[in-house]
Amino acid sequence: MVGIDLSHIWAVIIAFGVMMYVVMDGFDLGIGILFPFVKDDRERDLMMNSVAPVWDGNETWLVLGGAALFGAFPLAYAVVLDALYLPLIFMLLGLIFRGVAFEFRFKAKAHKRHIWDKAFIGGSITATFFQGVTLGAYIDGIEVVGRTYAGGPLDWLKPFALFCGLALVAAYALLGCTWLIMKTEGRLQEQMHDLGKPLILVVLAVTGIVSLWTPLAHPEIAERWFSLPNIFWLSPVPILVLLCTWALWRAVQKRQHYAPFLLTLGLIFLGYSGLGLSLWPNIIPPSVTIWEAASPPQSQAFILVGALFIIPFILMYTAWSYYVFRGKITHEHGYH
Amino acid sequence: MFGLEALELARIQFAFTISFHIIFPAITIGLASYLAVLEGLWLKTGKSVYMDLYHFWSKIFAVNFGMGVVSGLVMAYQFGTNWSAFSDFAGAVTGPLLTYEVLTAFFLEAGFLGVMLFGLNRVGPGLHFFSTLMVAIGTLISTFWILASNSWMQTPQGFEIVDGRVIPVDWFAVVFNPSFPYRLMHMATAAFLATAFFVGASAAWHLLRGRDNPAVRKMLSMAMWMALIVAPIQAVIGDAHGLNTLEHQPAKIAAIEGHWENPPGEATPLILFGWPDMEREETRFKVEIPKLGSLILTHSLDKQVPALKEFPKEDRPNSTVVFWSFRIMVGLGLLMIMMGAWALLLRPRGKLYENRAFLHMALWMGPSGLIAILAGWFTTEIGRQPWVVYGLMRTSDAVSNHTVVQMSVTLVLFVVVYFALFGAGLGYMMRLVRKGPVPAEGTNHQEGGPGQQRTPSRPLSAAPDDEDDTQTERS
Repeated sequence: MVGIDLSHIWAVIIAFGVMMYVVMDGFDLGIGILFPFVKDDRERDLMMNSVAPVWDGNETWLVLGGAALFGAFPLAYAVVLDALYLPLIFMLLGLIFRGVAFEFRFKAKAHKRHIWDKAFIGGSITATFFQGVTLGAYIDGIEVVGRTYAGGPLDWLKPFALFCGLALVAAYALLGCTWLIMKTEGRLQEQMHDLGKPLILVVLAVTGIVSLWTPLAHPEIAERWFSLPNIFWLSPVPILVLLCTWALWRAVQKRQHYAPFLLTLGLIFLGYSGLGLSLWPNIIPPSVTIWEAASPPQSQAFILVGALFIIPFILMYTAWSYYVFRGKITHEHGYH
Repeated sequence: MFGLEALELARIQFAFTISFHIIFPAITIGLASYLAVLEGLWLKTGKSVYMDLYHFWSKIFAVNFGMGVVSGLVMAYQFGTNWSAFSDFAGAVTGPLLTYEVLTAFFLEAGFLGVMLFGLNRVGPGLHFFSTLMVAIGTLISTFWILASNSWMQTPQGFEIVDGRVIPVDWFAVVFNPSFPYRLMHMATAAFLATAFFVGASAAWHLLRGRDNPAVRKMLSMAMWMALIVAPIQAVIGDAHGLNTLEHQPAKIAAIEGHWENPPGEATPLILFGWPDMEREETRFKVEIPKLGSLILTHSLDKQVPALKEFPKEDRPNSTVVFWSFRIMVGLGLLMIMMGAWALLLRPRGKLYENRAFLHMALWMGPSGLIAILAGWFTTEIGRQPWVVYGLMRTSDAVSNHTVVQMSVTLVLFVVVYFALFGAGLGYMMRLVRKGPVPAEGTNHQEGGPGQQRTPSRPLSAAPDDEDDTQTERS
């Protein structure tokens, strides 16, 4: 299959939507993961306030990911959600706890607040961990016979997937940490600057392990990365990851405000691209391609018209919302 | 679990998560439009009572919206997790409809909600009203797409089947399938009515406790005008919807009526009450009115209505359930019509805000709209069985291949989590309702939101955080 077709475009749109989700809900969830490191109630208020105006919009990208997969690649939607049933349900339940805790915490009487703090921490960590497990199990591959999932209910429960769960917790924590460096000042920002370095090291370590584990366990992915001439085309990715990490380290060391978050975004983007390059053009690894899983052109074209017209508007008012809530958040201006 | 099979557990789980979910969007749809009307009236007349009500209801709206978002996220994935064979079979039609709902509705709501809840002082009344309108329109667009999808599953058209899967050939025919206009009107109107009775009950609660102010009176009055005008319209829409169902899903109508056979030449009676027994193939203990069934459903005195025995046993929906769920819905609808008329009679003598019997009734009718919505959905969804896509795919062929154990575990988790969290949320909504509208809130009350000291979060935290007010007011 050469050239651009509808399935190509839809794969890119869905990848973009999921990427938006990972980046935007990533720092929301990261703040929940970092909650245990900050004990002061007022600073916890600040952490939550920094994402309060945008979290539910961020989560909408996950709904888009699910819905667009259903519309453009129904076979993938059917098989992947069937295979990863349990981790996905656990992730959704975590997101429910996180979502309501977010809101109930400010409503609760002082003596009940700790309940919602725990729900927020537990929900964020559970959602992130099982998102990572889902991702790991997805990379590991899904057994398909005919057009249905042929594995068991616990096939996802493997060391690689569980490690990916931990890796994502670390990555989101770093996103949350650098987001807070950007959005806060004073003591909380200092704390986050201090937390930044160990987090960078952990993220570097888990990225390295996942990057080695994946090709070692999957010869076809190793083939993709290490054969000629691919190795020349693809080598910039790991090199850029190292450069980005180094720059991030320096930025945190220099106590910069904005650079750490932007560089973390770069890092996440590179990791995400690496993943895409490993799997392309499969949408149900290791063997079902986007074309095999595609809905008929009548369906893909029908939603493409809407998507191309509407997504720019969505990006516009999303950007507007971030603009309205721009700048540092302080105790004096409780809601930013 | 309890001797149930994975298929039944998948159905129970889906029914549970979607029944819980529908409560929140139903109120969201109604309240969003109510808020738009309130703000429009405020801009037009300048009367502060409308702004007081806007502030009061926008807080309750915010709590409700937040719960709708998180429970709705689950629904976006339940099709695939529980019904993967259906998703593969019909995804080319229902997937794009769901995608359009996200693109055109969900993002619109999420995008303008922040300004709507917190932005009045920042963007000015004009742009703020625009934001409220966008949220209200977003909820209706969402209704449009999800009902198009559901209606297509009830009365599919505009497709062909290639390699055992549905391929859309005419999207206009897919979206505007035969039952769609009726179902869309019926559901949107139901959401408005459910909200009106929720609002009316809140007002009645305050009046019964002697907390009388112009805002409370205004919301009771508006709610009862809605009941008077919209409840009878809903009855007409419901009748038309029933005739449409008779044409396209006769087995559903036969099950709703508990009607088993047609003796030659005999018009169909209307069974008022009874117990349809699927094993015995008869409706026991029935109280019936001769010929009325024919009159209502065929608008004639001699034509017969299809009977359950005309359909093979395996194609019959469960009459016991839909017979009763339908009667609960209709009974509540008749009570709503009666409430509107009663309110009208009380108005000229100024007794609307004082008649305690009426106010007690209005209070008890608070959840009536939501119960009617659930009963109506149980009727139409169980009445569609044994099909998931009517006439094309059976529900038993649609289910994912999960084990009983994993379906049981997740079902228990959903039940525990939903009752705990959404129970807490509903309790919080009721606490806000008990606080009541505050006169002149718009002028002396810190607006909160961006750059303000209070109201630190969104969406639920548009509600104020001073619990103590509630305590003092209650004592």
